[in-house]
Amino acid sequence: MKKPHLFGRTALTVLAAVFALLFVLPTLLTITNSFMTQSEITANYGQVFATTNPGTSYISDTINLKFIPDKVSFSQYITILFRSPDYLLKFWNSVILVVPIVLLQLAIASIAAYGFTRWRGKVSDVIFFSYVILMLMPYQVTLVPNYLVSDWLGLLNTRWAIILPGAFAPFSVFLLTKFMRRIPNSLIEAAKLDGSSEWQIFKNICLPQCRSALYSIAILVFIDYWNMVEQPLILLPDTSLHPLSVYLSTINTGEIGIAFAIAVIYMIPGLLLFLHGEEYLVEGIAHSGSVKG
Amino acid sequence: MEHATKKTRPAHGAAARRVLRRSNEAVGNALRAMAFLGPSLAGVLLFFILPFGVVIYYSLIRGPMDSSFVGLTNYENVIENGAFQIAVKNTVIFTAVAVPLAVILSLVLALMLECRIPLKSQFRTFFLSPLVVPIASIILVWQVLFHANGVVNEFLSVFGVDKIDWLKSDLCKLVIVILFLWKNLGYFMILFMAALNNIPRTLLEVADVEGASAAHKFFKIKLRYLSPTVLFVTILSIINSFKVFREIYLLTGNYPYTGLYLMQHFMNNMFRELDYQRLSAAAVLLALAMIVLIAILFAVENWFGKDVEG
Repeated sequence: MKKPHLFGRTALTVLAAVFALLFVLPTLLTITNSFMTQSEITANYGQVFATTNPGTSYISDTINLKFIPDKVSFSQYITILFRSPDYLLKFWNSVILVVPIVLLQLAIASIAAYGFTRWRGKVSDVIFFSYVILMLMPYQVTLVPNYLVSDWLGLLNTRWAIILPGAFAPFSVFLLTKFMRRIPNSLIEAAKLDGSSEWQIFKNICLPQCRSALYSIAILVFIDYWNMVEQPLILLPDTSLHPLSVYLSTINTGEIGIAFAIAVIYMIPGLLLFLHGEEYLVEGIAHSGSVKG
Repeated sequence: MEHATKKTRPAHGAAARRVLRRSNEAVGNALRAMAFLGPSLAGVLLFFILPFGVVIYYSLIRGPMDSSFVGLTNYENVIENGAFQIAVKNTVIFTAVAVPLAVILSLVLALMLECRIPLKSQFRTFFLSPLVVPIASIILVWQVLFHANGVVNEFLSVFGVDKIDWLKSDLCKLVIVILFLWKNLGYFMILFMAALNNIPRTLLEVADVEGASAAHKFFKIKLRYLSPTVLFVTILSIINSFKVFREIYLLTGNYPYTGLYLMQHFMNNMFRELDYQRLSAAAVLLALAMIVLIAILFAVENWFGKDVEG
């Protein structure tokens, strides 16, 4: 392979660096701004988030996008953690919606994926194909049936209205099946000759082989549902059950300092999963790469 | 099963028993398969497929009290509805702008990381990081950037551009397109990187030996192998562009500027009014549109990449 010229390489690196900067700046800005004092935030962004009582605090004439706080302060975090339990309650709402979805979806999907791996025929291919179609449908299509069933079962306005459809969402089935079909058949045949039952093969051979796949799918499902907005708006009219993702948009402009800090708290679980499992995430995405496979 | 009955006819002892055993095995296999597929299938049927049948039924009747069939009247009502038309128009415009940009830019990022540049893995981490950051956490920055008194306007004023209230102007979609690209490019880039990895090295080496230009190699070899991924990224970005309601809702609430009014806003209204008939008709229309779209894309991909399938 021809090596690109030194000039070309430098230009490419600079270009990549510019892109990289654009990608991390919004996140970085949110994080550093969360350590500013309320008065500094008001001064910097007063022009955008006009407070209801003008004149009480200093607002600079032009907006002031700053990365480094004048004075690093944890006051916003202290307010959230100790003085306004509302935010933590919404955070808990998010957790209690998303964690059951991730666990249930993975459990149901891994069993189903084993079924799709071991028994391939016309019927199961048709079922698998309909899962793929369902996976590709936008919320605007799937929310209507979800709503009707929740209504019939009396689940509307309870967390189950979101958790149950999430638990049966076909995304994990699709991805896990693709991982499981790559397990060498000889492994399964050998276990069969040893007299293992299908459940034992599933539990002792397929699941351990898919451990990294399960982790990467868990990350993907988590970040998707952690970001949810549509489902709570439709299925949970009771705003006290709303997750933080929806609640963040209703934060009063006067509390803009807190908003940065709560935004940071909200991104922490995703960032931690990412830092810990970036390789798994990449592998999971790479395998989602073909609908036909 | 069909297979078994055909062979049972010349029933000669052992052969017949063998066939019988085989068909027993087939039944056993089917039962075992159902045992594993059962839980998932039951849930999918209960929460998605069966109620969707009811959705189709609702879309064809007059109302909850009077279940007489009205043919396609509900569909006509939806299609003639002004808000629905605006939502469709906005979605089409947004998709037409965002999807090609997403495909091209993510391919550029992937190709960039394929070249020999330093800090590759760090760059990949940076490009991917928006994927794990919830939109709700980032809207503050977008508001600071694109407010009438925001940073972008301040920057543009240096060049003598007048203030633009981005989210309430004809350029409002651009703000959302940028947010969409920021969030999604990393994911698509990984898909392209995986696909680039799968191109047989020997093919590219032969091209090198024969003195093919970089452009030739890209268009004649790489792009053909990438075509399934181009298809998939296109489908995914279309689906994700239906999800930008999320971004718009978080930035502007329930009643955005007309240019940002989307299908989900329309559906939210009908959910509020419990207008099941129009809601159902809209959902069916959208499902049909998606199926047609996916079928077209598959056909295009089949035609374009048929000689490298395998």
